[in-house]
Amino acid sequence: METPGDDGQAAARRSELIAHEGTDAALVARCRAGDDDAWRELVDRFSRYVYAIAVQGFRLGQQDAEDVFQDVFARVYERLGSLRDDEAVRPWIAQLTRRVCIDRLRSGARESDADLDTLPDVPAEDELTALEDAFDVHEAMAELPANCQQILDRFFARDESYRTIGDNLGLPAGTIASRISRCLDKLRDAFEGRNVPPAPSGGQVT
Amino acid sequence: MSNYDHEQLSRLIGMLPPAPEAWVQAAQELPAARRGLDQLVARAEADAAFRAVALADLERALKTEGVEPQPRVVEELRRLLAND
Repeated sequence: METPGDDGQAAARRSELIAHEGTDAALVARCRAGDDDAWRELVDRFSRYVYAIAVQGFRLGQQDAEDVFQDVFARVYERLGSLRDDEAVRPWIAQLTRRVCIDRLRSGARESDADLDTLPDVPAEDELTALEDAFDVHEAMAELPANCQQILDRFFARDESYRTIGDNLGLPAGTIASRISRCLDKLRDAFEGRNVPPAPSGGQVT
Repeated sequence: MSNYDHEQLSRLIGMLPPAPEAWVQAAQELPAARRGLDQLVARAEADAAFRAVALADLERALKTEGVEPQPRVVEELRRLLAND
């Protein structure tokens, strides 16, 4: 359904968004069919998200975070068949991760005789929402040329220096800053393209 | 339409660093590990001598089945064979 002021570009972006949402469902279907490559892809796709919820959201230590990480993916593997909406795999994994983190905190509090009603490390909803935004940005990054993906990921997510990035990608270190800036411009375009406002009420996008 | 600037985008990129590679690999090998465990448990159910050998050296039993004997997997096999 066209919105007032809508244009072909926005419609195309919505189609891309829908096509992308379809990939989660397709990935889940392949996993459910016993495709090991699909499972590897699923773990790869959500590993940063699960890790970030545990470490940044709930501020778990490495040992607890590792237990949570493995527990979450084990549960995902076991329960994928019971997922009602395959396209909702991401919020499902997020919710599962939160639950496992809370269980871990409660278990730790129980062991230390702390008050179970006050779990100080449960993150604010804002923090978890920010992680969802971060996931969206990473999804948008995946649409960029490979060199942009590499540079942005290495610099911002892996904390690599200009020199290290230059050495690894065979680029002069002096050009990295300007490349980062150009790649961020491309990322902003890609990200905004993915966040086209939904059609007005009742206007299911077809 | 969002209005994200470079600073916001870079902050969001930085919020999702990669998980440790070994964790990711262990999770990715879950289906193979589960299959290996299932086969080992099935054999142990059918063959008491094999069960005793496997219990005596869980890591070796897993390796023979082609499963990487990560501590978590070894523990799971120990639990399964104990319940057997």
